[in-house]
Amino acid sequence: MKVEISLSEQKEKIWSLLENIVDPEVPVLTITDLGIVRDVKVNNSSSGEWGIEIVITPTYSGCPAMDMIAMNIRLALLENGYQNIKITSVLSPAWTTDWMSEEGKKKLKEYGIAPPNPRQQVCNNDLFAAAEAVQCPHCNSYHTHRISEFGSTACKALYQCDDCKEPFDYFKCH
Amino acid sequence: MNSQLIDYTLHLADTTLILSQRNAEWCGHGPILEQDIAITNISLDLLGQSRNLYQYAAVLINESLKSQSSKAPPRPNGLAGRASEGFGEASEDSLAYLRKEREYKNLLLVEQANGDWGQTILRQYLFSQFQYLLFEQLQNSNDEQLAAIAAKSIKETTYHVRWSSEWVIRLGDGTEESRNRMLNAIDELWSYTGEMFIPAVYEEEMNIDFNKIKNEWENKVSLIFNEASLIPPSGGGGAAFMQSGGKEGKHTEQLGFILTELQYMQRAYPGAKW
Repeated sequence: MKVEISLSEQKEKIWSLLENIVDPEVPVLTITDLGIVRDVKVNNSSSGEWGIEIVITPTYSGCPAMDMIAMNIRLALLENGYQNIKITSVLSPAWTTDWMSEEGKKKLKEYGIAPPNPRQQVCNNDLFAAAEAVQCPHCNSYHTHRISEFGSTACKALYQCDDCKEPFDYFKCH
Repeated sequence: MNSQLIDYTLHLADTTLILSQRNAEWCGHGPILEQDIAITNISLDLLGQSRNLYQYAAVLINESLKSQSSKAPPRPNGLAGRASEGFGEASEDSLAYLRKEREYKNLLLVEQANGDWGQTILRQYLFSQFQYLLFEQLQNSNDEQLAAIAAKSIKETTYHVRWSSEWVIRLGDGTEESRNRMLNAIDELWSYTGEMFIPAVYEEEMNIDFNKIKNEWENKVSLIFNEASLIPPSGGGGAAFMQSGGKEGKHTEQLGFILTELQYMQRAYPGAKW
């Protein structure tokens, strides 16, 4: 079976496959919501086989989910009949929460994780740097405090709401 | 030049790996759950940084071995000398698991024992404050990959500096007990800080302004110590006696014990995988 399909259509098809792959640690977010996928490169060899290269970037240097994400990308492409797959990891430009989609931020909040604030607010290392006003994902109060800079995964901090008293995770700005 | 770049990359990799390993010793032993999680998160960040650096070093080493193989020259500084022991080419794993103590180029500071929580905190702070200033410069390096690793890592280091400096203040300005422990930690660790600012031979061509780092580091540390009502020995600066040698592979007795545990599996079962 040979279906004629253009490069850009093929690219779009692959992007939509990637849009269904979730982050193993925050399963409401897809890897495209997170901004982990930086590029999809497609070429069509003379033999008619598609060569696919997916360029990803880690969120944090030591993020243990990256190997699994790379494997899930490979599996999703294999399941859809792609054979010639290359997954490349790049470090530059460094990943930032600014790349997270608005859709992703919405989904995070619904899931009970406070989405990241815009980066310029806190990304400095000044002493007791002006505490971020993080909104409680449960009752929407800004009356919250940080319990710990580090949470259950590298990308999250631990907060508690002073109004509804619920503890919650904050996807920290990066 | 290339062998200097290899040595420098290994120095950065070894330093982050060894501190990661030290911090990981706290796993399950932290004073409270949140801080157990914090110190192991930092350990994970450092491990990730070291993996990026080792991967880059492996690429450089393999390239350099390939280009030299026709001429059969001496291998640079024992690098990948044991690459044949079950690993083939140099890799992040062979560099971490199969190099000897004298081949490790990490800073002496990071191999020092965890001691109590205060000593671990102080070690982290003194190092992270340095690493932040170093990476600030390194992210503008002419070497694209080192620049990329530094730009990536500095975001993590920002959190490490904040977390550890807040703890230095909390403990230094806390109870009599916590203050005494911080004073003790300063006595234990201070003499290992001088080495950070003295460039090794392989650092001389890396375009790093060590004097600038030293000045800024001293200013920042004084600021934090002041908040914590702690005083650096001899008022800080270069007056105190300083240890050195880590960058050249001359270590304190601590490193051998760390590597014994870190490398046990690969030494006992070369090439083992799971």
